[in-house]
Amino acid sequence: MIVAQQKPLQEIADMVSDCKKVLLVGCAGCVTVCLSGGEKETEVMSSALRIKRRLEENPLTTVTFTATRQCDPEYIAEMDEMVKDVDAIISLACGVGVQYVAERYSDKWVVPALNTNFIGGSTVHGIWEEKCGLCGDCVLHKTGGICPIIRCSKSILNGPCGGSQYGKCEISKDTDCAWALIYERMKTLGKLNKLMEIQPPKDWSTSRDGGPRRATREDVIIG
Amino acid sequence: MQYAPNIRIVEMTCTGNTDHRVLLQAFEEGADGVYVAGCMEGDCHFLKGNIRARKRVNAVKKLLDEIGVGGDRLEMFNLSSAQGGRFAQIANEMTERIKSLGPSPLNKSGAKKKEGDA
Repeated sequence: MIVAQQKPLQEIADMVSDCKKVLLVGCAGCVTVCLSGGEKETEVMSSALRIKRRLEENPLTTVTFTATRQCDPEYIAEMDEMVKDVDAIISLACGVGVQYVAERYSDKWVVPALNTNFIGGSTVHGIWEEKCGLCGDCVLHKTGGICPIIRCSKSILNGPCGGSQYGKCEISKDTDCAWALIYERMKTLGKLNKLMEIQPPKDWSTSRDGGPRRATREDVIIG
Repeated sequence: MQYAPNIRIVEMTCTGNTDHRVLLQAFEEGADGVYVAGCMEGDCHFLKGNIRARKRVNAVKKLLDEIGVGGDRLEMFNLSSAQGGRFAQIANEMTERIKSLGPSPLNKSGAKKKEGDA
């Protein structure tokens, strides 16, 4: 899932300081799972902003709505009526959702309430870690299911490097060396010989280096 | 056994069911202070309900500081249902604390809830 975290409340309040009525839009997708922009978080932020503005003697009226997903136009369309009389829309989605909302309501001031951090998952409740580097050409079959692109600080394909010490990365004692993990995993699988194959330089054109990407599946395109 | 008459009790199934929204709603609707009374730590029927409640209370205390209401107006206490005397003591302690802090800034004239507030 996409992992995002809320911006400081003051930053969000500043973005809508000149507004009298705002719509806060949550997303029931990834940001609900990572507890930053679901229905509950949307209502908590709404309440906090209302209280803050009352104390500033500049009351704010809020409306809340949680879309099934903000990254699909049909779910955003459900709030067409709600946006009509608001001065701004605060989106508690990832950067994708914010852009879909801004695109649909081009005459509205749309602001992000979250910082979109990474693609990852939870390790325990309340802690999320980055797991995928979105390189567009997966190599997990070569590395025992551990991503060297994002979990190795240098994204090297023939690790480990000299900064690997006792299974930890030199950047932090709390960061596992991905290549130490890969080695142990491949050893367990009895496939250490596969690590002897030298990986050539990666073609990064499938990653961000190739510019904005698009995925197409002709067989499901309607119309 | 007597305790301050200004306490309004909101019953929850377990303090673990205490939502951030309920705490904020109490302040929005005029409470000068709020406290959550949970079971003794280690005695939760649902194992960790009161531990989780404390974490949420602490998170809302920080938020209240951030938005200007003041985190001191919210507190979590642990006591057993057999401690009636302690319950009354906490009610009085909290009442005294809120009296010394004065009315919630939300209840002062300029910040009174105005028409149009959702």
